[in-house]
Amino acid sequence: MTKNSDGRSGSTSSLALPMPAIHRRDMLALGAGGLLAASGFSGARAQTKAAPPPPSKPTGQVVVGLSQEPVAFNPLMPGIEVDETVWMQIFNTMWLAQPDGSLVADLAAEIPSEANGGISDGGLAWKVKLREGVTWHDGTPFTAEDVKYTLELINAPGFKARTRVGHALVRDIKVSGPLEISWRMEKAYAPYLALLSNTFIVPKHLLEKAADPNTAPYNAAPVGTGPFKWGTRTPGDNIQLVANDKYHGKGPYLERAVLKYVPDQTALYAQFRTGQVDLIIGTGIPANFYAEAVKLPGRKVMKIPSASLEILMPNLEHPVLKDKAVRQALYASINKQAIIDIIYYGTHTPTESFAPQESWAYNPKLPKQQYDLAKANKILDDAGWKRSGSGTRMKDGVPLTFAVSTTTGAALREQAQQLMMQDWQQVGVKMTINNMPAAVIWGDFYTRSKFDSLVVGTAFRTVIDPDPAHRFGSDAIPAKSGNGANQMQWQNAEADALMKEGQTTFDQEKRKAIYFKLQELVREELPILPIFQYAPIEGYKEGLIGFVPNVNARQNTWNMGSWYWAR
Amino acid sequence: MSSFLLQRLMQALLLLLIVSMIGFAILHLAPGGPMSQFAAGGDMSQEDLDRIAEQLGLNRALPVQYAEWLWRMLSGDWGVSYRDQQPVLHIIAGHLGPTLELMLTSTLLAMFIGAWIGIFGAVNRYSLFDGIATIGTMIALSIPTFWFGLVVIYVFSVGLGWLPSGNRFTIGDGSFLNRLHHLIGPCVVLALVSTAVWSRYMRSSMLDVINQDFVRTARAKGVPERRILMTHVLRNALLPMITITGLHVPSLLSGALVTETVFTWPGMGRLFLDSISYRDYPVVMGILMFTAVMVLLGSLLADLLYGVADPRISGSR
Repeated sequence: MTKNSDGRSGSTSSLALPMPAIHRRDMLALGAGGLLAASGFSGARAQTKAAPPPPSKPTGQVVVGLSQEPVAFNPLMPGIEVDETVWMQIFNTMWLAQPDGSLVADLAAEIPSEANGGISDGGLAWKVKLREGVTWHDGTPFTAEDVKYTLELINAPGFKARTRVGHALVRDIKVSGPLEISWRMEKAYAPYLALLSNTFIVPKHLLEKAADPNTAPYNAAPVGTGPFKWGTRTPGDNIQLVANDKYHGKGPYLERAVLKYVPDQTALYAQFRTGQVDLIIGTGIPANFYAEAVKLPGRKVMKIPSASLEILMPNLEHPVLKDKAVRQALYASINKQAIIDIIYYGTHTPTESFAPQESWAYNPKLPKQQYDLAKANKILDDAGWKRSGSGTRMKDGVPLTFAVSTTTGAALREQAQQLMMQDWQQVGVKMTINNMPAAVIWGDFYTRSKFDSLVVGTAFRTVIDPDPAHRFGSDAIPAKSGNGANQMQWQNAEADALMKEGQTTFDQEKRKAIYFKLQELVREELPILPIFQYAPIEGYKEGLIGFVPNVNARQNTWNMGSWYWAR
Repeated sequence: MSSFLLQRLMQALLLLLIVSMIGFAILHLAPGGPMSQFAAGGDMSQEDLDRIAEQLGLNRALPVQYAEWLWRMLSGDWGVSYRDQQPVLHIIAGHLGPTLELMLTSTLLAMFIGAWIGIFGAVNRYSLFDGIATIGTMIALSIPTFWFGLVVIYVFSVGLGWLPSGNRFTIGDGSFLNRLHHLIGPCVVLALVSTAVWSRYMRSSMLDVINQDFVRTARAKGVPERRILMTHVLRNALLPMITITGLHVPSLLSGALVTETVFTWPGMGRLFLDSISYRDYPVVMGILMFTAVMVLLGSLLADLLYGVADPRISGSR
């Protein structure tokens, strides 16, 4: 869930957005909450007034503006969030996450659970009944063989599967009827339910014919079960999808959906203003246009909840940053409110947790970070970091200095770095800035933990499941084991035990207690310094009915099948 | 003539080989790689990333990767994009049309206007028109294209609503008039700078010829001024323009990075920019080789045309 990570920002950085001048005095003059921008997600509410009924047959078209180009159309192969705007329309998953986090059956007839017997033997045996009457876009009926083929293809040795997390545990897949499938898990793994909510089912009858599924022509013109069928693609420009009138669910009400790629965020916003695109989703409207955009006539512009966090990621093997006292002092001297209100135009939400605030596992009682330089100084004094002649603290001959890296050209992040640098200088910390282009920083530098620290927008959960084991587990450090995504290199036995317990527990209340404890531990140990939870700005033309932001979907086109125009 | 062609062809092949080697080395030695876009999200494990890198062949030694690439290239296989798994040639072909449409229109416009400004300025040297043209040229050359592009969008699209704020055509329309309407903005932006360049070339080329002895002789013979200009001066002044036009051919097909980005024009320039930022090695190499071939063909074409236009040169070969 990283709508805001800067991994693919290269194409949008060619035009720098205007930068506000930030003066130190302005920062200090900020009273507590003095500039708190009005927050709250008004979008979903704004739509609740009686909407006209949908048209009786698919009518009209919608043009969705994206600042990245969808290019991967096989939903099992490597792709990023923007590619899912296509997958969600062409394909279906067995179940789908709603904005409130609940799962709704889609290709399955019901969600397997311990209560209905779908999950048994302590989480080792799974059985799923599938929905009747679903057909692929070419008219072939959908069956359990397709699900079996999908799960097997993901694990096929030569196949370029996007991820095998969870899937690698699946054993003995059995089809016991046209619409019934069962399998066993190598070990109990509760997040698999969530992973399957993001695993799109592909047609066996089309892909098994391909000599090599990696290069099959199918990958350029996919066939699925979803509300829209593949239409045409103009590379570098747009993808047109057409209504699937045999869709098994609600809708589709639009005759055509156009996914329009506009590579520059400012240009995309201009096209939204002039009406050439009907919606902006994904990376959204640049924060500096927020105040103007909400006043645009005929447009609804709102902040959208996102599970992505903006964090300072320390490398815990760094001689200075491995010291917990240093991390606590750094955290106490980050002026979060100023970063959010002045640099990010008040658009994002401060947070203390690695879990998104909309999650059932979110712990709202974590201690609030206070911007307190005196406290930071005291923590460092107590920990034995003494000020040297240059003003930089030292301990055992090691100066308190480190670099912070982020993507070159991310103007707002660069300003946040400068603000941190000034604040930390006051507590005797010398921070340097070492920024790099996206294609460089998110390579080995990031994955092999070669950084001192990073400012990064990322998420710490498994699809919609709160399990962060691949980010926090001590067996998930890529630089050590070649596995996982714990680039901080955090190792904590208590956290490991909690995450293991969370993975093998299926009862949500029990899991909640486990993740509450884990959040307290992370807040205390600070393997990540959370700054804010993203609330990107998205917008659409008035008259479009059905747009509902979903923090549990990777893109807000998750329900495009039920969109239509008021007329 | 044919030995000249053969010699040029051999030179060209050698050059292409060198270009491909240097390009391949620089591209692969530059820090970063195609896996970065997946790693940033944090939801792919290192195992997944390493496996995909292995499957893409990124872990092999650079000379091995180059040899493989070269071998496939020689057998006509330009490779497959890392990004969208499509054949490179197919991707390049898909972006050529829009680029050609934009670049050809703007270049023809710029050549036509630029040539007339140049001719007029040269004939009426140091006149008011020449002064204004010179200053205007300097201003046009100094304006950053992206800034001018944004100004055009801001004034004519957002402000006045006369022009669309980008795209090649309205989706669902795509008629000739609709395409023409969309072409105006980016075309004017691109033409502004090249008009300035063409007018300077034309002006100096004209001035070179105007001061030649044979022009003075023609005047002395009493040839009408109009005929002197048209048959004696202009014909000779156009010769160097052929070379410049030939050298301009590659840019017709390689696109305009900035303008295509600002105006959301799905051409070669944007493809190149996107491919570089995602480290889509096969596509970048494909564009590099394509452009190199075009540069060589362009200069060859210019040489041949020169020979056709100027009998003195063709005779000497």
